[in-house]
Amino acid sequence: MTRDIQIYDIPLDLTRCVNTVSDTGSGGIQVFIGNVRNMTGGKSVVRLEYEAYDSMALREMEKIANDAGEKWEITGVVIHHRTGVLETGDTAVIIAVGAVHRHAAIEACRYIIDTLKTTVPIWKKEVFEDGEVWVSAYP
Amino acid sequence: MKIEILAFGIAREICGGRLIEMDVREGIDTDELRLLLTEAFPALSGLAQLSTAVNGEYVIGAVVLNPGDEIAIIPPVSGG
Repeated sequence: MTRDIQIYDIPLDLTRCVNTVSDTGSGGIQVFIGNVRNMTGGKSVVRLEYEAYDSMALREMEKIANDAGEKWEITGVVIHHRTGVLETGDTAVIIAVGAVHRHAAIEACRYIIDTLKTTVPIWKKEVFEDGEVWVSAYP
Repeated sequence: MKIEILAFGIAREICGGRLIEMDVREGIDTDELRLLLTEAFPALSGLAQLSTAVNGEYVIGAVVLNPGDEIAIIPPVSGG
């Protein structure tokens, strides 16, 4: 299985992500792109600040890719995550999964983003015009 | 023994920096350490969750800390 798992403090490259999982054996490629939206809870977002525990985050993402490879017949996984200051519309995460058949690619991609959000030590702070909040920090 | 604890996200802001140095007794475990940290930084106890990682792995239950361990406190994650 091809894999490419990275954390970048520069803009992500969608074409590169898709190319990495594109080979003639992959009949289907599923891509998830997570972008910074302009509103949260009715408030305008000025920017997002992402922070990662890089070494552990990479290991946790490797584990997720491994688990996906065991659960589904997939041929490749790319997980690229941004850190640093992101403006609205910027891409925070790209996941690309290649598989022989589409169902495996779609289901594995969903599993990867859902699991990433619950286990990978990456944090984001939403900055509004009148304040800021660490997402999910408080009950 | 002297230990260093990495703090990220809101935990970093609460603790006033990414690296916290503490002098703790030999044989301390991660549960006791968390107790010491929440005494030193009471705002940590208000978080939805505070996990611990040792050498890059989440701690389940409690583990004894050894000199040189890479210790981190992990507030609720919010990647993606």
